[in-house]
Amino acid sequence: MILEVADLTVSFVTESGDVSAVDGVNLDLDAGEIVGVVGESGCGKSVTAMSLAGLLPRSARVSGSVRLRGTELIGAREPELRRVRGKEIAYIFQEPMTSLNPVLTVGRQIGEVLQEHERLSRKQVRQRAVELLSLVGIPSPANRVDNYPHQLSGGMRQRVMIAMAVACNPTVLVADEPTTALDVTAQAGILDVLRNLRDRLGTSVLIITHDLGVIADIADRVVVMYAGRVVEQAPVVELFAHPHHHYTDGLLKASPTPGRHAGTDRLQEIPGLVPVLTRQPDACTFADRCPAADQKCRGSAPPLTASSGSQAHLAACWHPTRQEAKR
Amino acid sequence: MPRYLLTRAWHSALTLVLATIVVFLGIRALPGDPALSLAGEDRSPEALAAIRAEYGLDQPMIVQFGRYVERALHGDFGTSIRTGLPVSDMIRTALPVTIELSALAILIATVLGVGAGVVAAVRRGRPAEWVANGLALIGLSVPHFWLGLLAILYLSVATGLFPASGFVPFTEDPIGNLHHIILPAVILGTGLAAIIMRQTRSAMLDSLSADYVRTAKAKGLSPRAVIGRHALRNSLIVVVTIVGLQLGGLISGAVVTESIFGLPGFGKMTIDAVFQRDYPVIQAVILLTATAYIVINFLVDLLYSVIDPRIRVAGEAA
Repeated sequence: MILEVADLTVSFVTESGDVSAVDGVNLDLDAGEIVGVVGESGCGKSVTAMSLAGLLPRSARVSGSVRLRGTELIGAREPELRRVRGKEIAYIFQEPMTSLNPVLTVGRQIGEVLQEHERLSRKQVRQRAVELLSLVGIPSPANRVDNYPHQLSGGMRQRVMIAMAVACNPTVLVADEPTTALDVTAQAGILDVLRNLRDRLGTSVLIITHDLGVIADIADRVVVMYAGRVVEQAPVVELFAHPHHHYTDGLLKASPTPGRHAGTDRLQEIPGLVPVLTRQPDACTFADRCPAADQKCRGSAPPLTASSGSQAHLAACWHPTRQEAKR
Repeated sequence: MPRYLLTRAWHSALTLVLATIVVFLGIRALPGDPALSLAGEDRSPEALAAIRAEYGLDQPMIVQFGRYVERALHGDFGTSIRTGLPVSDMIRTALPVTIELSALAILIATVLGVGAGVVAAVRRGRPAEWVANGLALIGLSVPHFWLGLLAILYLSVATGLFPASGFVPFTEDPIGNLHHIILPAVILGTGLAAIIMRQTRSAMLDSLSADYVRTAKAKGLSPRAVIGRHALRNSLIVVVTIVGLQLGGLISGAVVTESIFGLPGFGKMTIDAVFQRDYPVIQAVILLTATAYIVINFLVDLLYSVIDPRIRVAGEAA
């Protein structure tokens, strides 16, 4: 196992008291595996991603364990974390418009990572930057290397972000909503680049998104998060075919799929909103929005357990859906 | 880039022409006949007519303006009524003092202001920020002249660390020159330093929370690179604007500071000229100040495009 996250819990100290963002998340990432983390805004997926390399702001309280090839990262000292960031765990962020520095050339921004983590001469850095740009599919990279971010399109900027992230051949690539700000064509291109990198460099990819289409397209395994907890986890095909948790089921029903909604006019929405929690209750946090909730759901939190059939398919639900009856 | 430069240069030239016209008309709009004040005791019509002819005051306004511009372009601003010396000579000796004083004050203010602003932003909510904020408040609220008097009292008169007044040209004695000018420069720079500090702090707070700073951190860069290369560079545009805008205030501050420290600069010359109604000198001073302003604004625009590449494009599109 390359990356093992165990019982990760994050809360933020705010003026109106503590807010719980992530509660006891367990997550594994194998070499060369692409794992998708999916959930609504505010479910804790980005906070989970940021906490891996200690990138959360000072107001965050983090506990639990994040092990990279066996090395504990939670509570590690800043210089140690700095060696990990960019070199071992690299990030791609959502907004390619604002995530690149507007006043530095893209070549410079890619070169920075190389200079920080590898001993290369100026000439080598530049040459490597050009190689990286061509690796992520940017045409005429030798010219583009001297461009500023505003001279590139959104899709190109996101490719630059990826080039920057993979500059030092990281073990783990964390992509936080890498395609959200892009149009569909650019999206497909970016996902191709990520898949390509995994195939060629063996990088493990953790992709954070709210878009089930992206998950279906690229992920090997899916982790579904809700209100700071992992509610379901399964191989991608299995999850789409047989969701066990009612939240996953709701998510799938809320996304348009050719064929499945034939004859019905509306997509089904999940009633209610994601709760903002000051502390995690001993109950299923989805109970208030769940069609199958009863007293048991409101009285104790369901553990994440393997359900009948597959050991790889885990769900945290007292009353898993019966797919045969629903479909 | 050249296109942006040309547009800026053209705007500057236009402003300069307008400034010249305003100065010319402004002087002529002042109450009183200059011939009368030049004539002194002998106010016979013949004497006045002679004076008008000598100074071209009997010519149409447009001709007078043409002559005025022609002379100004040759560096001829007439003769001072007070000293009888050519105004251009007076300016030539006074201006370097003020330029040195202002340049030094800006340098001190920028180093102190940017440094304290960055510290205050990075160490937000900790003692270092309170100290920086407190100093800025003092710098903003204490007037120059009082600070100057205090400095003379304690650093010159009581301890003799610095000379209380006087000036030595840099070319004659560089160390003596700095010794004379450093205290006035610090005093003059305090207010500007405080303003720069506050602006740098808020600009830095903005850029420190920007996405690209998070990216820089995620790349594993050192705090120094994250703060200096990524956050500060993006904040500098604000600082440059502030310095540019505050230069006018600095010129008036220089007037006061030069008077207190007895520096034979542009400011002191201006004050003397105003007290003595020395019109040729005042006219030249206003024109030169306006020119300085325009040139500085042009330089500020140039600096923008050096700092932020996006501005070059905006200028080219316009």
